[in-house]
Amino acid sequence: LRKGARLFAVDPRRTSSAQWADGWLGLDVGSDIALANAVGREIIASGLANQAFVERATTGFEAYRKTVERYTLEAGERLTGVPKAMIQKLAHEYARAERAMLCWTLGITEHHNAVDNVLALINLALITGHVGRYGSGLNPLRGQNNVQGGGDMGAIPNKYPGFQDVEDGVARAKFEQAWKARLPPRRGFHLTQMFEAMERGDLTALYVIGENPAQSEADMHRAVRLLEGLEHLVVQDIFLTKTAQMADVVLPAAASWCETEGTVTSSERRVQRVRKALLPPGEAREDTKVLCDLARRLGHDWGEPTSEGIWNELRALSPMHAGMSYERLEALGGIQWPCPDESHPGSLFLHGRLWEVPVRGPLAPLTAVEHDPPVDALDDDYPIRLTTGRRLDSYNTGVQTAGYTSPLRRGETLDLSPEDARTYGLAEGERVRVVSRRGAVLVDVRQDPGLRPGLAFMTLHFPDDVATNLLTIDAADPKSGTAEFKATAIRIEKVQAA
Amino acid sequence: MDLHFGNARPSSAEKRAIDAVLGTPRTRWDGGKRGPATDGHAAQGGHEDRKHRHLLLPALHAAQDRVGWISEGALTYVCRRLTVPPAEAYGVATFYGMFSLEPRAANVAHVCDDVVCRMRGAEALCAQLQAALGPAGGKDGKAGSGWVRSPCLGLCEQAPAALLTRAGERASQTSLGRATAEGVTSGLAASALAEPAPPTAPRLPQFGEPGLRLLRRIGHIGPTSLDDYRAQGGYQALRRAVQLGPEGVLREVVDSKLVGRGGAAYPTGRKWEAVAKAPVRPHYLVCNADESEPGTFKDRILLEQDPFAVIEAMTLAGYATGSEQGYVYVRGEYPLAAQRLAGAVAAARTRGFLGHDVMGQRFRFDVEVRRGAGAYICGEETALFNSIEGYRGEPRNKPPFPTVAGLFGKPTVVNNVETLVNVLDVVLEAGPVYAATGTSGSTGTKLFCVSGHVARPGLYEVPFGTTLAALLDLAGGVREGRRLRTVLLGGSAGSFVTPEDLEVPLTFEGTRAIGASLGSGGVVVLDDSVDLWDVVLRIAAFFRDESCGQCVPCRVGTVRQEEALHRLARGQPVGSKQDEVQLLAEIAQAMRDASICGLGHTAGGAAASAISRLGLLNEGRS
Repeated sequence: LRKGARLFAVDPRRTSSAQWADGWLGLDVGSDIALANAVGREIIASGLANQAFVERATTGFEAYRKTVERYTLEAGERLTGVPKAMIQKLAHEYARAERAMLCWTLGITEHHNAVDNVLALINLALITGHVGRYGSGLNPLRGQNNVQGGGDMGAIPNKYPGFQDVEDGVARAKFEQAWKARLPPRRGFHLTQMFEAMERGDLTALYVIGENPAQSEADMHRAVRLLEGLEHLVVQDIFLTKTAQMADVVLPAAASWCETEGTVTSSERRVQRVRKALLPPGEAREDTKVLCDLARRLGHDWGEPTSEGIWNELRALSPMHAGMSYERLEALGGIQWPCPDESHPGSLFLHGRLWEVPVRGPLAPLTAVEHDPPVDALDDDYPIRLTTGRRLDSYNTGVQTAGYTSPLRRGETLDLSPEDARTYGLAEGERVRVVSRRGAVLVDVRQDPGLRPGLAFMTLHFPDDVATNLLTIDAADPKSGTAEFKATAIRIEKVQAA
Repeated sequence: MDLHFGNARPSSAEKRAIDAVLGTPRTRWDGGKRGPATDGHAAQGGHEDRKHRHLLLPALHAAQDRVGWISEGALTYVCRRLTVPPAEAYGVATFYGMFSLEPRAANVAHVCDDVVCRMRGAEALCAQLQAALGPAGGKDGKAGSGWVRSPCLGLCEQAPAALLTRAGERASQTSLGRATAEGVTSGLAASALAEPAPPTAPRLPQFGEPGLRLLRRIGHIGPTSLDDYRAQGGYQALRRAVQLGPEGVLREVVDSKLVGRGGAAYPTGRKWEAVAKAPVRPHYLVCNADESEPGTFKDRILLEQDPFAVIEAMTLAGYATGSEQGYVYVRGEYPLAAQRLAGAVAAARTRGFLGHDVMGQRFRFDVEVRRGAGAYICGEETALFNSIEGYRGEPRNKPPFPTVAGLFGKPTVVNNVETLVNVLDVVLEAGPVYAATGTSGSTGTKLFCVSGHVARPGLYEVPFGTTLAALLDLAGGVREGRRLRTVLLGGSAGSFVTPEDLEVPLTFEGTRAIGASLGSGGVVVLDDSVDLWDVVLRIAAFFRDESCGQCVPCRVGTVRQEEALHRLARGQPVGSKQDEVQLLAEIAQAMRDASICGLGHTAGGAAASAISRLGLLNEGRS
C-alpha cells in the first residue's frame, strides 16, 4: 500500500484493513453473492469484461450474464446496503486494474453457501482475466501457517496427498501399492458429517489430532452432547484442551514448529522446512512417532521413518511435490508447488495455462450463483445480526493464546454500535443476556464506533467465560461442511441487577 | 503499523485549528460526526487521505499554536484525518524540539543558551527567569507563562536572545534580541501580541557602504513592499532569465562557478543542470532556509529584510530547471522570516510574479512556505525533504541524490537562501563577470556572521579571499584590553582556529588548507576571557541533543563524546588524559566513517580542534 497498491475492503465491520483501504464496502452479513454479482453485472454492462479471455478460456459466460442481469446496482444496494456508487467504483477499479487480486478468509467461507460465495468471486476473476498471471488471482488467506499443508498432505476426507482423488481408481491403486494396504474406495466424512454420523450413532469412536471441537463447533451444546455420547474418544494435542479433558485417552504431542522436523506450506503454496530446536517435554512425542506406534499395534509395521524419509515417500507419490528435496527446500528457502522435478524452480502462480493459445487442458467454468440470505433470519424476536470473528491478540478458542497476557486483550464482549447501545439503553460494560434461537450467554457490552445499528460482533476466543458458539447456528454448506458462524440472529436482554 | 486510534478527542478549539489546515472532515470515519446511515456501509480514503501526509507538520503546528502543546486528542484527530498511525505521528511530533506533547503554558519563552549567547550572559538570564517564572520546562509558571532552554536562535549578533511563542486564537511568535529577564517576562505577560512586536533591527555594520551586493537593498526598501523591491531592480533578473531561456540561465550559472553557501560548496550550475535534464517529472525546487548552525544568522537577515529577492531567485531557479512548485522550508525559530516570506509569496502571486503564468511569460511556478519545528538536522537536505513530507527529519541514504530522487521522490534542486540570492546577480551580470569577484576557486562575495567578543557583531559581506584578520578588523576587533583567544569558524560543526591563522584567506580552499572550513559563514570570536570548556561542552551537548538517532555511531557517539569531555573537564579521566583523547578520536572516526550525514561527520571536529590547537586539556575551568 505504501508503494501505491489500491485496496478495497469488503467487510460488514470497519476493520483495521478497512481503515487503510481506498474504499470500504460495509455490506450486510451474508450478502456477498449479491455484491459480487452486482459487481460482475456492472463490469459486463460497462464493457469492462475481458471478452477475449472469456471467449478463449472460460465456459458458461452466457448463463452467468443472464443470472447477474438482475443484479443491477440498485438491486445490489438494496440487497447489500452498500451505496451503489461504491459498488460501481469497486467494479470499475477492479476491472480496469492492470493487476488485481481477490483475497478472502472466513467471512466468505463460514456461511451456509460458502462454496457459492467462492464461486461468485471466481466468476469475477474469470470475466476480467485477473487470474493465471503474476500479481493477479484468487487468494484464500489462511488463518494458520500450515492450513494449506494439511490439505496438500491429504488430511481431507476426499483426497490423497497432492489432491489425488480417493475415488479415482488409478490414484487409489498407486497409493495401495505404495502403502501395501487396501484403501477405502469412498471419501470419508468431513467434520460436519462426522457430527451428523455421531447423531445417527454411525460414528462411535473419534481420534482428534490438534483440534478442539468441544469449543470450536457451532451450536456447542450439541457438539458437547455428541462428543460425550461417543464410546471412545482419543485426543492427541500439545495442550489439555476442553476436548482432551473429555477423552478416554490423551496422547501428548510435540509442538510441530520447534519440537519436530518437517515442513509447512503457506498460503502461497510455499513448502518450507521446519527444524527441531527443542526436545519435547515429559512424555510428549512427535505425531509421526505416535502414529507409527499405533500402526504397529494395529498390525502395520511402518518402521521408524525419519521426517525426510516420510517426505521422500510423499515426493514419490505426489507429482506436484516431486522436485522438492530437503536439499532444495533448504537452498531455495522454500519452493511453491507444483514442482514436478528437481530442475523445476517452483510455480509463482497457478492457472497460467488459461493464457496459452490454445488453452491447455479444460476451460475454466463460470458458475452462476444466486444470493441466498443467512439461514438464521432476523425477525422481531431476534432483530440483531451477530457476526463472529477473531481479534489480533487471541487465537481461535484460546487454547494457544489464553496462557499469556496481551495488552490488547480485553476479554469477550458484545460489541454494539453506539446507536444500538443508546436504543437499548445499555451502558458501556453493562452485563446483558444475548439470546439466539439455540442458546443464551451472559456478556458485557462494549461500544464499537466501527459498527452500525443492527450489527453486533463477538469472538470465540474465551469459550470458558462466554461460550459464543452456544448462539451460533450449525447450518452448514453441504459442499464444504462449514457452518454459518458469520450470521446469527440475536436479541439482547437486560439483566436485572442482583 | 496499526491504525489503532485511542479514544482521546480534540477540544473544539483544537479541532477548528486543525480543520483550518486540513479542511472539514467528510464523514465519521475521518473525524467527522456520525452522519447518515450510508456512512455505516461505505467509506473512501486510503491513498486519497494519505496523499495529504505532507500536511502533518502544518497540522501539528496548528494544534500547538492554538493551545500551546499537542494533546493526545489533537494528535489522534490529525491521524484520523490523514490515515497516519498515531504511533508513527507521535514519533514525528516528538522528533521536533519545538513541539510539546506534554501540557505546557500558552506563552513560552525559548531562551537561547547556545555558544554565543552564553558568552553574552545567557546563563545569568536563565537564572533570573528561573527566579521569576520557576524552573525551565515550559510548565505553567506565573500568569500562564513558562520558559524553556533552546539551542541557537540565529540572533547571535544580538545575543543573548529569546523567542517568545504565544498560543491562542491569534498565535504569535516574536524574536527578542539583547534579551533581559524583564524584557522576557513583560513580553510574556503582555495581554496579547496581537501584532508581532516590532522585531529587533538586524545589525548591518556595513549599511550604506558601496560594494554591497547581496545586502545592497537591505535597509533601503520596505521588506513587505513588492513595489519597493521592484524600484530597486527587483524582478529584472527574472526578466533577463526569460530572455536567456532556461539553457542560457544554466550556462550563466555554470560559468559563474557559483557554489552552494550552505556549507557543502557544491557547484550550483551542476546541480541545476542535472535536474533540468532529469526525465522524471515533476521537478521540485526547495529553498533551504533551515539555518540552524549555531553562530549563523545570514539567511535570517536575507529572509526578513529582502524576502522578494528569495522568491524571485526561486522563481528563476524553477524556470531554469523546469520546476513548477517550490518550497521554502524556514526553521521554526524564525517567525518573522516565515511571516515575511508568506507575505511576499501572497503579494507576488497577486501581481502575477507567481502562479500559472508568471509575468505573462507562459511558465508556471508557485511557492509554499513550510515551517520547521526545531530540528538542526533538518538543515540536511534529505532530512528536510522528509520533514516536508511529514516524517521524522532523518537524513536519507545517498545515492540517490536529490537531483535524481529528492522531494516526494522526484528530481529536486535544493539550494541555500544565500546561494539563491547570488543567482540574481549571476544572471544580471552574466556568469563570467560574476566570477571576476573573489578567487578562482571561490567566486563572488560571501556573507559572514560575526558574533561573540567583537566590538561590532553583525552580518558582513566581503569578497571571497578577504582574510580573517580583515574581517575581524571590520568588526572592530576584540574588546579593549582583551586578547583574541580563538575563532570558531563554521559554527558548531566547524572548528577552532588560532590567532596564528588570522591571515587565512576566507575561501573554501584557503580554510581547507589550514584544516578548517567556512561552513555556512559563522565566525564566532572568543577573547581571552572565555571559558573554553564551557563552550566545548555546550557544543558537545548540542550534538548529543540534535543527533537524529538514526545511525548508531552518531546516536551513541555524541553521547560518549560528551561524557568523555565532561570527565576531562572535571579532571577525572578514565585512564590517562591521553586515553580519553584517544577515545574521542576513535569516536569521531567512527562517526565520520559510519554516519550517513554531515552531522555525524562533523560532530567531533570542534572538540578535536580545541584539544589539538588550543590546548584545551591544559585549560582550567573558570
